[in-house]
Amino acid sequence: MPFIPNTDAERKEMLRAVGVKKIDDLFADVPQANRFPRLDLPEPASEPEVMAEMRYLAEANSQAQASACFLGAGAYHHFIPAAVDHILQRGEFYTAYTPYQPEVSQGTLQSIFEFQTLIAALTGMEVANASHYDGATAAAEAAILALQQSRGRHRVVMSPVLHPHYRQTVHTYLQGAGVNFTGDETPENYAAFQTRSRVKYLAKCVDESTALVIVQYPSFIGEIEDLTPLAEIAHTAGALLAVVANPIALGLLKSPGEMGADIVLGEGQPLGIPLSYGGPYLGFFATRQSLLHKMSGRIAGETVDAQGRRGYVLTLAAREQHIKRERASSNICTNQALMALAASVYLSLMGNFGLRRVSELCYHHASYAAERLARIPGFQIVSRYPFFHEFVLRCPKSVSEINRHLLDQHEIIGGYDLGQDYPFLANHMLLAFTEMNSRDQIDALFDALSEEAL
Amino acid sequence: MNIPKDLRYTKTDEWIRVEGGAATMGISDYAQSQLSDIVYVEVLPQVGDVLVKGKPVASVESVKAASEVYLPAGGSVIKVNAALSATPELVNKDPYGEGWMVKITLADPAEINSLMDPKTYEAYCAGRQH
Amino acid sequence: MTEPLVYELSSPGRIGVALPELDVDPATLPPSLLREDLPLPELSESDVVRHFLRLSQMNFAVDKGFYPLGSCTMKYNPKVNEDAARLPGFAFVHPFQDPETAQGCLALMHQLQVWLCEISGMAAVSLQPSAGAQGELTGVLIIRAYHRARGESDRRRMLIPNSAHGTNPASVAMAGMEAVEVPSDRRGNVDLEALHTLCDGTVAGLMLTNPNTLGLFEENILDVAEAVHSCGGLLYGDGANLNALLGVVRPGDLGFDLMHFNLHKTFSTPHGGGGPGSGPVGVSEKLADFLPAPVVKILEEGGEEEPPLFGLATPDKSIGRMRAFHGNFGILVRAYVYIRMLGAVGLRRVSENAVLNANYLWSLLKDTYTIPYARNCMHEFVAEGRFADAPGIGATDIAKRLIDYGMHPPTVMFPLIVHDALMIEPTETESKQMLDAFADAMKKIAAEARTNPEILHEAPHDAPVGRLDEVRAAKQPVLTRRS
Repeated sequence: MPFIPNTDAERKEMLRAVGVKKIDDLFADVPQANRFPRLDLPEPASEPEVMAEMRYLAEANSQAQASACFLGAGAYHHFIPAAVDHILQRGEFYTAYTPYQPEVSQGTLQSIFEFQTLIAALTGMEVANASHYDGATAAAEAAILALQQSRGRHRVVMSPVLHPHYRQTVHTYLQGAGVNFTGDETPENYAAFQTRSRVKYLAKCVDESTALVIVQYPSFIGEIEDLTPLAEIAHTAGALLAVVANPIALGLLKSPGEMGADIVLGEGQPLGIPLSYGGPYLGFFATRQSLLHKMSGRIAGETVDAQGRRGYVLTLAAREQHIKRERASSNICTNQALMALAASVYLSLMGNFGLRRVSELCYHHASYAAERLARIPGFQIVSRYPFFHEFVLRCPKSVSEINRHLLDQHEIIGGYDLGQDYPFLANHMLLAFTEMNSRDQIDALFDALSEEAL
Repeated sequence: MNIPKDLRYTKTDEWIRVEGGAATMGISDYAQSQLSDIVYVEVLPQVGDVLVKGKPVASVESVKAASEVYLPAGGSVIKVNAALSATPELVNKDPYGEGWMVKITLADPAEINSLMDPKTYEAYCAGRQH
Repeated sequence: MTEPLVYELSSPGRIGVALPELDVDPATLPPSLLREDLPLPELSESDVVRHFLRLSQMNFAVDKGFYPLGSCTMKYNPKVNEDAARLPGFAFVHPFQDPETAQGCLALMHQLQVWLCEISGMAAVSLQPSAGAQGELTGVLIIRAYHRARGESDRRRMLIPNSAHGTNPASVAMAGMEAVEVPSDRRGNVDLEALHTLCDGTVAGLMLTNPNTLGLFEENILDVAEAVHSCGGLLYGDGANLNALLGVVRPGDLGFDLMHFNLHKTFSTPHGGGGPGSGPVGVSEKLADFLPAPVVKILEEGGEEEPPLFGLATPDKSIGRMRAFHGNFGILVRAYVYIRMLGAVGLRRVSENAVLNANYLWSLLKDTYTIPYARNCMHEFVAEGRFADAPGIGATDIAKRLIDYGMHPPTVMFPLIVHDALMIEPTETESKQMLDAFADAMKKIAAEARTNPEILHEAPHDAPVGRLDEVRAAKQPVLTRRS
């Protein structure tokens, strides 16, 4: 049997030492009627057979290395420097456990500490944790923090252009908590949508019962707005402002910390983590020093040993579930340590110049694409505000038809169908452009879409 | 184990000192030694809050443990110890003095009578040997 | 041997990547929206590689040696899993691609759902929860939704044994319910009498880990299930210890109504230094409609020549979405490969060897360490890390000294119902030689505890750092450093 070293002879010796005749005897506590069921699973396969099967399954999928990909909406195809995966594949990193014994886990602990530092720097905040499962659960944790912090407030204002999965996740997590959600009700038409997506409108939703306002930056449909006025209004009302931020955009744009955010969180997948059909990803979470004790999730802190050597430990553990149990603010145990390591390696390789450059490439590619696509008869760019690397394209036919054409005829993976989330945005496609979408790819997209022109 | 004679104690290791119609409370020497180095104290109420006996009034965290602190008798809050957020170790160093947590005016002074006197509390602590 | 931080290795002007030039005309950037300062470090690629390589060398890991952490199942992580997950046809698929362009991914997920049902005796599975704790929260929310759908929203209490992992009561609290502790009896089982007293119309269910955190199989499991069901509650299984039961018994057959799996424990996906994991949830037929969205379904049956068409669906009474996208697909690939390589016979061998290894270790250590509960254990057991004639020595000292013997300590100070607990789980991927070496080290340490306790107090001696000042880390938190 693969991965099981003991031989029959060794098992015999061990059974003798234990004092039982056969292995089955060790399961005497299991109700007899239910013992040793026959499991209907395929016969064991050898390693080459399994890999052949896996290649077969993998080859049945379109993927962003083989086909130009313009799909974003919360997960993006970015350049991942080769060094990232080489480091992730070091057995000392990926086969280690949570660093509960810090003396033999300094590799993991220091890389978490560096991740925290990098995220705090990127977001313009004072402290960050060791990560959440993804951006959506980080948003849910922000809501939990704000509600607990706010002494009896029950209202959470969510922007309608916060990613639909994030809004759904926050609703799921808080379904037992008697929270009054507002702001993200599906608007009846496009005009209402445009109004209610603006900072000005959200500011009007804030009242004395609001614990938290959550917005996305850039928004789900790619637009950038200055959040400073919203932060001011939230604070005046005694509420917190959480900003869901795209980390690549933060290479270029003003940080939410600068604009007055209390919590900055988001999806770290663009930082050196492949698309991988939706996971594993990386939720980052940063906040002010004053909210440190309310923040959930693991945190690595700096300290010294008896010889004065600098070292790192998981700290402020008394916030967490294994100590506070039912009084913990969150049940979170795992973080996404290996993904946080990927992000740390990525950001270290990029540095400020590299990340800024990637961010610029995204921005300029998107602007170039918008300029070209706007000229195709029947297509229209529907974004009045500055956008970062995503914008909305109104199409002359359904998004699924357009995407079918793009894929079948041109091997291009087209954009996201906004009609799924906003009925009045049927036939509207959300397109994303990264540093991986070269000019040639964008020109090819232009040509392909021109075939669908009116 | 320090158990001052002028105080009364609860089963959850809080102490209370009555001074006329007012009272001060905190956690006992036994409690602080069980927790070991206290790293964070959050005193929950604000001045003016009216609270019943048994209401959680503070959250105390050490490196390996966390504890809730409950009000030994009901009343209205007149003072909270703001020094504890910057210097939580006061609870370890001086649990009955500078480590106090909340001062209240007593709603019903008779509630004190059901609490343990120092001798009873001492026996109670001895009986809890791990 | 202090390794500098990336910020400390930084030198202005260095860069570690070769990026493409701008190939389009630059658009105007609205200056008011731009940041002025981006305080990231600047390093060359070789700086970065050397730094992280040196960091890695300060870690202990399963690939290095013995890692007997109880209830974590630190089994060997097969390398074929890593290769499979990295196939471009898996690694570069966008979750929002038209399902018709991701049929390989969906077929894999569907098959894994089916296999997990088969292994556990459940009727339906969601692969979405990203960790065990998230699986637990999912389970609790499902239980809550089930009772509310039947008009019984008064059931707000969830029973949890006193040996349970902290995530259990924490998950209950997150769902807005009340965690109620159930004591254990002298043999380490749930106290049946106490359970009967607690079971009433306000109880939503019981969360049970079986085998429990003492490594013991619940001797009265059928009675426990009966007690919970007869008062209208549901029985939830925390699957952390499933490594003892593969091919041995199916939780569904014992009366569990739902459970979560830990793919990063039982199904060999790597722990990654603390994640990513994956915590799928399996449910019985009556709960299938409540699973989180989306689940993978067959939209069109295939035929002789045609494979079925797979797609994503939202169960009718779904509790909602637990996270963005579908789940930790990369982790699901690894678990799939593992199950595929082992088959039914292999999975049973896993549990047989896991349980034999633990009992063998138990037999080697029982005369040196106090091991409460005089029953044979399952895949793990708990010993007391203390000796009557070595006062001042506790589980932590023994654990730290084990590091000097080249092994990772077991889980320390959990479960709380054993004094100075050392929870030891060898797993099936360790050889008899390794188990003998571990027992040998533990015996030597037990002797040192009496003859030379200082060497334990000051351990570890052979690690990159000694015992760290955790009080200082908590009192004066330094959580970032740029200089």
